[in-house]
Amino acid sequence: MKVSEVVEQLGWKVLAGESYMETQVNGGYAADLLSCVMAGAETGDLWITLQTHSNIVAVASLLGIAAIVIAEGANVPEATLGKAEQQEVAILSSGAPVYETVAGLVALGI
Amino acid sequence: MKRQLALLGFMGRGGALSKVHELVRETPVSRVMTVSPFTLPPEATMKQLKDLLQKHRISGVPVVEDNELSGVVSLEDLIHALENRRLDAPVREFMTSEGLITAHVREPVMEALRRFENTGIGRMPVLDARNKLVGIVTRGDITIALLRALQDLYNEAEAMADRPQHFFGALESENTSLQLRYHVAKDDFAHGGDASAKIKRALLRIGASPQLARRVSIAAYEAEINLIIHTDEGGLILADIQPDEIIIVAQDSGPGIADVDLARQPGYSTATAEIREMGFGAGMGLTNIERCADRINLWSAIGVGARLQMMFDVSPREVGDD
Repeated sequence: MKVSEVVEQLGWKVLAGESYMETQVNGGYAADLLSCVMAGAETGDLWITLQTHSNIVAVASLLGIAAIVIAEGANVPEATLGKAEQQEVAILSSGAPVYETVAGLVALGI
Repeated sequence: MKRQLALLGFMGRGGALSKVHELVRETPVSRVMTVSPFTLPPEATMKQLKDLLQKHRISGVPVVEDNELSGVVSLEDLIHALENRRLDAPVREFMTSEGLITAHVREPVMEALRRFENTGIGRMPVLDARNKLVGIVTRGDITIALLRALQDLYNEAEAMADRPQHFFGALESENTSLQLRYHVAKDDFAHGGDASAKIKRALLRIGASPQLARRVSIAAYEAEINLIIHTDEGGLILADIQPDEIIIVAQDSGPGIADVDLARQPGYSTATAEIREMGFGAGMGLTNIERCADRINLWSAIGVGARLQMMFDVSPREVGDD
C-alpha cells in the first residue's frame, strides 16, 4: 500500500511532502527516542512519533522512512515542515493517540 | 526502481542517448546484417520463392545470377504473383532490378537507416567493395542491434555501479581514498544529521549498496549528534572512503569522556532532561554505532577531547544487488 492510500483510508492530514507520498509502505515503527528509531525502524516503515523538532526529518531521511506520522495532532514547527519538503520526506498527522494510530494501521494490514 | 534511476545517473546525463548516436554513426552495416543470406536464381519460380519465405520466415531474398546481384524479390512481389495466379512464373518477372537500392558493407548504419527512411523499402542487399553480394539488412536488424548495444551499455553501467572499486579503478596511486570533512557545531540541532546525509549520498553515488550506505550513515548520525550534544565547541566528522574499507572519524576538543567503558554501556547517558525531551540522550548512541560498524576505536581524555573511529568493511556482499 502506498503512503497516499494509507492517508486516504485513515483520513490523516498531510503536513508536508505532498509530492512524496507514492512510496510503498512496508511496515511501521513507533518511538520517540531517536536512537531507538535509528536502531529499529526499517526502510519503508511509517514512523509514528510525538517528536516534532526538525531532527526527525534527518532521521527519517537517513533511514529511508516512508513517512513520519505525528500523533496526538501535535503542532509541527515550520522549520521541520520546511526541512521535510527540502529532504523529500512526507509528514502526516493522524490526529489520534499513538495507540489508536497504530491500531488503524494494523487494521489496514500494515 | 530507485536503483535504476541511480544507474541512469551513473551513465551520465544524456549518456545513453549520446551512446546510441555514437552507435548509429560508427557501427558499420557489416555488424548488423545477416551474412550469406538465402538467394534465388532468376529462373526460380514464384512458388519456390513462396516456399523459401514460408520455411525461413523471411520477407524477401536477393536474386543472384553468375555470382552477380540481379535483383530483389519480396513478399510484396509474391502477392502480385498470387493475384495474377502466376506462381509458376520465374522470379525474374516480378523482382525489382532497376534502380535497385543497396547498402555497402562498410558504410555506417546511419547511412543505411537514412536510405530506409527516404525510400520506404524494407530490406537492402549488402555489397562489398567488388559489388559482390555479402549479406542482407532490414530495418529490424538495425533496431535489434541497437537494442542489444543498449543492453550491453546498461549491464556495463550496472556492473560499475555495483563496485566502488570501479570508481577507484581509474585512479592510480598506492593508496587511493575519497575524504569528506564536515564541521559540526555545538547545539546545532537544526542541522543535525546533515553531514551523515551527505556521506550517505556520496556513498550511494559511487556505487555502495543501500545497506552499506545505511549502516555507515546511521553510525555517522549517532556520532554527529554526540558532537552536537556533548562537546564544548562541536567537532569534526571525517569520512575516509577506500575501495575496501570506509572509516568515519568523529573528533572534538573537549570536554572528554570521563569513563569510556561506562559510556559504551547501553542506556547510559549524561544528556540533560531538556535534550532527552527531544528524543536524544537515550544512551543508545554508541550501542547503535557498535551494531552498525565492523570495528570501532574510542579514545578520550578529560580536558583534551574524544576521537571515535568507526570502520566498515566493504565486502562484495555489500556492493551487490539490493
